[in-house]
Amino acid sequence: MTQTSVPMVEADQVSKSFGSNHVLKSISLTVNRGEVMCLVGPSGSGKSTFLRCINHLEQVDAGRLRVDGTLIGYREKGDKLHELKPQEAALQRRDIGMVFQRFNLFPHMTALDNIIEAPMRVKRMPKAKAVARAKELLARVGLADKASAYPAHLSGGQQQRVAIARALAMDPKLMLFDEPTSALDPELVGEVLDVMKELAVEGMTMIVVTHEMGFAREVADSLVFMDGGVVVEAGDPRSVLTDPQHERTRAFLSKVL
Amino acid sequence: MRLRHPWRNLIAVVIVVYLAAFLWDAARRQPFQWDTYAKYLFDQRVSQAALVTLQLTIYSMLIAVVLGLLLAVMRLSSNPVFTSISWFYLWIFRGTPVYVQLVFWGLLSVIYPTLSLGLPFAPPLITLPTGDALNVFELAIIGLALNEAAYLAEIVRAGILSVDRGQEEAAVALGMTWPQTMWRIVIPQSMRVIIPPTGNEFISMLKTTSLVTAVPFTLDLFARSRDISVETFTPIPLLLVASTWYLAITSVLMVGQYFLEKRFARGIGDARPDGAETRSSPAPQTGPIGAAGSSDAPVLDKREHQ
Repeated sequence: MTQTSVPMVEADQVSKSFGSNHVLKSISLTVNRGEVMCLVGPSGSGKSTFLRCINHLEQVDAGRLRVDGTLIGYREKGDKLHELKPQEAALQRRDIGMVFQRFNLFPHMTALDNIIEAPMRVKRMPKAKAVARAKELLARVGLADKASAYPAHLSGGQQQRVAIARALAMDPKLMLFDEPTSALDPELVGEVLDVMKELAVEGMTMIVVTHEMGFAREVADSLVFMDGGVVVEAGDPRSVLTDPQHERTRAFLSKVL
Repeated sequence: MRLRHPWRNLIAVVIVVYLAAFLWDAARRQPFQWDTYAKYLFDQRVSQAALVTLQLTIYSMLIAVVLGLLLAVMRLSSNPVFTSISWFYLWIFRGTPVYVQLVFWGLLSVIYPTLSLGLPFAPPLITLPTGDALNVFELAIIGLALNEAAYLAEIVRAGILSVDRGQEEAAVALGMTWPQTMWRIVIPQSMRVIIPPTGNEFISMLKTTSLVTAVPFTLDLFARSRDISVETFTPIPLLLVASTWYLAITSVLMVGQYFLEKRFARGIGDARPDGAETRSSPAPQTGPIGAAGSSDAPVLDKREHQ
């Protein structure tokens, strides 16, 4: 990307455990505005948990996470962190879109209703405006004709594209993708990746947890390999993929490439 | 012609023959006194009483639904005070017979001759004699509703728990607050699991209203038809009259339940366009949300948690 390097996401020694299980061990990362970062690693490496900390779906035990300069999920008083009230955390999440492995569309609502729900309820956008915007987004993900379809009537790839449109409807400055293609049949992966590529080209800042190395090579500005709760290796995706410096990276890549 | 299910057909014929014999016999059997039955079936006192019974059912269920929802949400909240209150409520009201509770409500004015509104240990703002504040009809409704709320709370809780955790997460990730998430996303989906047993409770409540005589409230269908039979010495035909009315109201409620189920099965219980999973409505009544939905979206919450 040609933009000057303004950090969008800054993780500073983020740690997190579930009980005695140390999932994140002092993770420090930076994603600049307009950049795409791909997070790869074996399952259980902590990459999804890290992603979920960025919009405070998970609490962090130590360290700081900032999005666009704002501390996420906590308020700093002296050197102590106090967790934000749920309403305050909700306010921060408006600007951070998230796409889930299992889509999590609302099954009792049509595609269009899924998309207008948050703009109308959270941002108090008038219905006509929200609908117009939703139709625009559906067209953008290639589903203009599916506005009135219920999720159960859509293929996995279509559901995931609606889910992306739903996240975009809040005009986020950052998009988080948690294994967006892992639950899809192989022939449906491409249509979702295409939408994501377009988003990247348009300059959206994205963090993508994925196993799609081709996507990482083609689209990502940086690739981060995580294992056992630590960042093992990070850098330019092409060089990490072709010439991994670390033994664990090499072992992992040899299995997935 | 060969019959496909010879045994099934044979059993059906035998049952129909026995049923016909029973009806033929019943139609002519003296103690049923069908002429008295016909005379009182649409007697104004009886139809009025049926209306009172319907009112008791609907009012107490409405209160019970609101209270049950509140208790279920309290039970699921992370606040230990709320969970304890909810647990204690269920322990008391589910653990004692509704008949006994109704007798207690009837004795309310004996136990508490006046009702006061105000802060504890402070002079009350308003004081009313209990008998003036609440009549027996209202006491009956309160008694039925508070008992029912305990059962509905468990039904609602099961419904809420049946909704995939990913739904709540998706809503929260969009910036929705917890009340918005519950009201717009979780509760509508839980309705599919909540409605069938609630319909059951509704019908059960209709019949439980016959216990309000314990309060004592005596204008409901059962008490009224019994009062008439005491005057006329015809208990059996009046029992039949009351049963007919109960059955009629129950049938109407079942129709209502069918349409409610259809309404909340939207997007979930219907067929996929490829016809692979064509389902006839109404939707399956049990099982978690999404089970009948896309095969691409399993219900299991496979969040990576390591």
